[in-house]
Amino acid sequence: MAMAIRVSLLLLLTLFQPIFSLYEDQVGLMDWHQQYIGKVKHAVFHTQKATRKRVVVSTEENVIASLDLRHGEIFWRHVLGSNDAVDGIDIALGKYVITLSSGGSILRAWNLPDGHLVWESFLQGSKTSKSSLSLPTNLKVDKDNLILVFGKGSLHAVSSIDGEVVWKKDFSDESIEVQQVIRPSDSEVIYAVGSVGSSQFEAYAINARNGELLKKNGAAFPGGFSGDMLLVSDDLVVALDATKSNLVTINFHDGIKFQQTHLSNFVGDSFGTAVLLPLKLQEMFAVEINGFVLFIRATGKGNLEVVDKVNNAAVVSDPLLLSEGQTAFALIHYGDGKIHLRVKLVLDWNNDLLKESVALDHQRGFIQRVFINSYIRTDRSNGFRALVVMEDHSLLLLQQGAIVWSREDGLASIVDVATSELPVEKDGVSVAKVEENLFEWLKGHLLKLKGTLMLASPEDVAAIQGMRLKNSEKSKMTRDHNGFRKLIVVLTRAGKLFALHTGDGRVVWSLLLPSLRNSACKHPTGLSIYQWQVPHHHALDENPSVLIVGRCGQSSDAPGVLSFVDTYTGKEISSSSLTHSIIQVIPLQLTDSTEQRLHLLIDVNRHAYLYPRTPEAISIFQHEFSNIYWYSVDADKGIIKGYALKSNSGEVLDEYSFDSRDLWSVVFPSDSEKIIATAARKLNEVVHTQAKIIADHDIMYKYISKNLLFVATVAPKASGEIGTATPEESWLVVYLIDTITGRILHRVTHHGSQGPVHAVFSENWVIYHYFNLRAHRYEMSVIEIYDESRAANKDVWKLVLGKHNLTSPISSYSRTEVVTKSQSYFFTHSVKAISVTSTAKGITSKQLLIGTIADQVLAVDKRFLDPRRSFNPTQAEKEEGIIPLTDSLPIIPQSYVTHALRVEGLRGMVAVPAKLESTTLVFVYGVDLFYTRIAPSRTYDSLTEDFNYALLLITIVALVAAICVTWVLSEKKDLRDKWR
Amino acid sequence: MGLSLSNPLVFFFFILALFAFFSLAFQSDELLVDDDEFGLEGGIQFQLEHAFGDSDFFTAGTFTARLKTWNHGGQTLTKLRFSRNAFSAEEKEKFSRLLQGDDFYRIRLPSNVLSPPGRDFVVSSVKARCLPRDALDEHIVINTDGVNILGVNYGAPGACPYPRQLKLPSKWSFNSHTILKNTEQAPRAPIFTEDILGGEGGEGETVPPPERSFWAKYWMYLIPLGLIVMNAITQAMNLPEEQAAGQAQQPTAVQRGAPPSAVRRR
Repeated sequence: MAMAIRVSLLLLLTLFQPIFSLYEDQVGLMDWHQQYIGKVKHAVFHTQKATRKRVVVSTEENVIASLDLRHGEIFWRHVLGSNDAVDGIDIALGKYVITLSSGGSILRAWNLPDGHLVWESFLQGSKTSKSSLSLPTNLKVDKDNLILVFGKGSLHAVSSIDGEVVWKKDFSDESIEVQQVIRPSDSEVIYAVGSVGSSQFEAYAINARNGELLKKNGAAFPGGFSGDMLLVSDDLVVALDATKSNLVTINFHDGIKFQQTHLSNFVGDSFGTAVLLPLKLQEMFAVEINGFVLFIRATGKGNLEVVDKVNNAAVVSDPLLLSEGQTAFALIHYGDGKIHLRVKLVLDWNNDLLKESVALDHQRGFIQRVFINSYIRTDRSNGFRALVVMEDHSLLLLQQGAIVWSREDGLASIVDVATSELPVEKDGVSVAKVEENLFEWLKGHLLKLKGTLMLASPEDVAAIQGMRLKNSEKSKMTRDHNGFRKLIVVLTRAGKLFALHTGDGRVVWSLLLPSLRNSACKHPTGLSIYQWQVPHHHALDENPSVLIVGRCGQSSDAPGVLSFVDTYTGKEISSSSLTHSIIQVIPLQLTDSTEQRLHLLIDVNRHAYLYPRTPEAISIFQHEFSNIYWYSVDADKGIIKGYALKSNSGEVLDEYSFDSRDLWSVVFPSDSEKIIATAARKLNEVVHTQAKIIADHDIMYKYISKNLLFVATVAPKASGEIGTATPEESWLVVYLIDTITGRILHRVTHHGSQGPVHAVFSENWVIYHYFNLRAHRYEMSVIEIYDESRAANKDVWKLVLGKHNLTSPISSYSRTEVVTKSQSYFFTHSVKAISVTSTAKGITSKQLLIGTIADQVLAVDKRFLDPRRSFNPTQAEKEEGIIPLTDSLPIIPQSYVTHALRVEGLRGMVAVPAKLESTTLVFVYGVDLFYTRIAPSRTYDSLTEDFNYALLLITIVALVAAICVTWVLSEKKDLRDKWR
Repeated sequence: MGLSLSNPLVFFFFILALFAFFSLAFQSDELLVDDDEFGLEGGIQFQLEHAFGDSDFFTAGTFTARLKTWNHGGQTLTKLRFSRNAFSAEEKEKFSRLLQGDDFYRIRLPSNVLSPPGRDFVVSSVKARCLPRDALDEHIVINTDGVNILGVNYGAPGACPYPRQLKLPSKWSFNSHTILKNTEQAPRAPIFTEDILGGEGGEGETVPPPERSFWAKYWMYLIPLGLIVMNAITQAMNLPEEQAAGQAQQPTAVQRGAPPSAVRRR
């Protein structure tokens, strides 16, 4: 008996041991990680004399990466900070990648093979200006190749060996705005040309060896300039005049000579706005006008002649030096589902070096950029490969008329995320499949058995690992019992939708939204995704769909676009271009008979529009008409306002649009407070228990309201970066505001603290992260809100006699009596994003998901952020699970959800409940994507995936056998006894 | 015993009560002048305005408060008083209409009391049906920051259960409860400089062991094994007991019986 107790005690101990972490062999079983780089903006090939051919790219996500030219894989990659945009890249000395970033102020050299930082130079300058990077060949000073950098109004010559600034010429004293820096080949003179004011052209000649000013020429052009100047050849610059109707060529070598050519000479009398395309073609330039691109050659002394006129969908590459005096460039355009690529010599327009068409397998939109590289074919002729950036930000490598590889780099810039269920599994599986699987199944279990009994050879271990990773079960296209298999539908900045399978992260379908690419829609931007239709129960035969809200244009008053996409097929069901703008989308708690969710769209004039526009929707909506409220936060003005709908009267557009009325406002004093963060509860969050039983068997009722808003304000002086304000002049005020009535329920000031504030609101608590200037540390605070008005319901007799108010509906208009409990803890990391796990029924305890500055995700138990933690918890409190008070939150290395991986450029985390109560699915996105599933209280409701059923069976069989044997033995013994 | 004066505590309270009695008895004849009412320094007034449904705002009452200037230059409002204007007949009718339609009764205050209305008005509203009890009961919490009003919590002093019933007030007068509320200080994060090591020790406890324990891995085999072992032990314990019992009764018989049985087995 004693033995049995001991065994059960041991069992209990193993059950309550907190284990958050994975074992090494479990990596990749339920998580996946994908690396991206973003939309490429510069590319430099490194193919000659290299065993591994590669292309070095920089992207709009501020990533520098070296890609394998054969397969498109990443050799190495660096994600620069979000405010460290790359201005230019190049390769120096054949071994360093040189990058210029941060508006021309940071120059770095990376080792080409492995991507290690070799040197870094901070270039000083006083004003912002255009920035450019050039690596002139054979500009040598003491065997050292110089790098010419123009940035921050200064010209720097930097040594490519160690990044020392050899000389510097500051233009900030002169009023010149430098447009181009030129070094004619093999010349010792560098020319910096630009304009002073709008009509004065100036050219500076500078000694390339020491930066001395040799000569300065200037001349006024009466017509004035507009836009950028373009370098055509070593001594010729072209610009548009102020009216944008004349081309001005400027020869600056020996004195300055202007020559004007009216654009009507090329295109006739009527033309629209002309734009000079920033190409670097030799002795040629391109003007975009009337929807066409004119290629114009400058001959001799500024005479211009049109060479060709092509559709403006064509994209032109930078010129590529083939051999002495021969430069080639690529002209590429998309049409009829094919990419048409032509490579020409600059000097010989009429002949194509290469002309090929490549069919695209699916919609990627238009071509945005092209970079070309040449190689020597087996027959000693020139071959070309082209790196193409498409409209959906994907990257393709074309060679020999085929797509060698493609990368879906649009996934590096996810804007919004939604999830969708997979189809329900159909019954009826073929026998052949089962038979085949049976053998596999047996073999697999034999291997697993070997593994468990430690008889497996290393090959077997590898096979077991491979089997677990490849587990076809998890990547099936059907719904599973536990709800682990789902589709993650993501919207990227390029306006493309991707559906990723949670099992292995593959792209199930993708769709470049046609409605956003409508010709009527200029500068379309995708904004957000909403669950439009989530069929369950009575509408199971419908496919689920999502609503994508977009906008035609950058400003908030631009008209909106709605698109409805079926998540099973990835096809657009319908779309509509709206006449009104969209600044807010409110998914209502109402659904119609086909389970379409009702949405209220708010425009800039605070009109509300109901979608879907069906009579059924309006009749459902009318029932709840008077109970619909919303709010807006105007962070610039420091005003939060609440609204309700006004019944239709006066100027009504149609029956689906409504006027709004102002209900309340909270005005923050502009001299002392500035809104920096808000947080509200997720609309679909489930709370299991409304009450909390505390240690002394007392009950506290949680104040659970979906209409609570957390607002954090800081002193305007302290709204900058940490260190710009003293503790005395910085404070952080946090508010809890009821969004129905605008009542401030709680308000507390943290003196000497400042932002950035990251907050998460869940159940009845809010947790926020900020910086404490006095303690020089980051802090996390928790506020828990409890309802006092229901505290009187503790009496059992009242409950028995029904004299309680637990079942009466709670109204925001009742006077709220809330008590708050709060506590602050130090936290080591600065935080990029913060989120919380959510489960199907809300029973499982919660974990905070913290996206750290190192691009990892840390899971911290909510228990650590309990405001009731005390220095010396009583026995009862300990039993309840209260941890003794510490001043800082522990960071347990094993509780990193991302284990050894980094989600570079982390921007957001989404936690989605699985059907299994214990489990949350976590999707983390940034430049990289990461998915895993976590169980904050461990998987108490299921056996783990690696649970060995076969061994359990064997054990049972062995036990049965043992029972039989002992039975026989005992029979024999009985017989023997009887014989006695 | 309980009231015995020998108990020092009770005695103390008795003395205290005596003093209290005397101080109550004493009535000062000094004229208490309320600074605000005489418009002395620091007195300040601002208007409460109300609107019925979507109507315009009209003056509904006046707040008077004192502006207290602190040494560090900050100013706060104190001694808030409120005088509500009585409803006119027209207003009564408008209010009744709100009650009928379950519409909003809205109020607003300036966001700055020194230069009203400040940047904007601070608006609050309540369903009119929440207010009537016998009279009209209102509860106003003004959230201030110095001379600025951030927000106002306006509503009934008690519950306003949903669905709201239509009830006309028997008295058309307001019972107003007003409260000024300022911000609270956040509790500081606890700092245990001397306990940091101890704290880390505490964290250490929660660190899970790097390896899965023996039990976690093999419990499913060990439990049956344990059961078998226990079964065997109990059997083994039973056997000697039986034997012991048997020996007590027939010590010789068993001894005698054993060799033949062994023989029999052969």
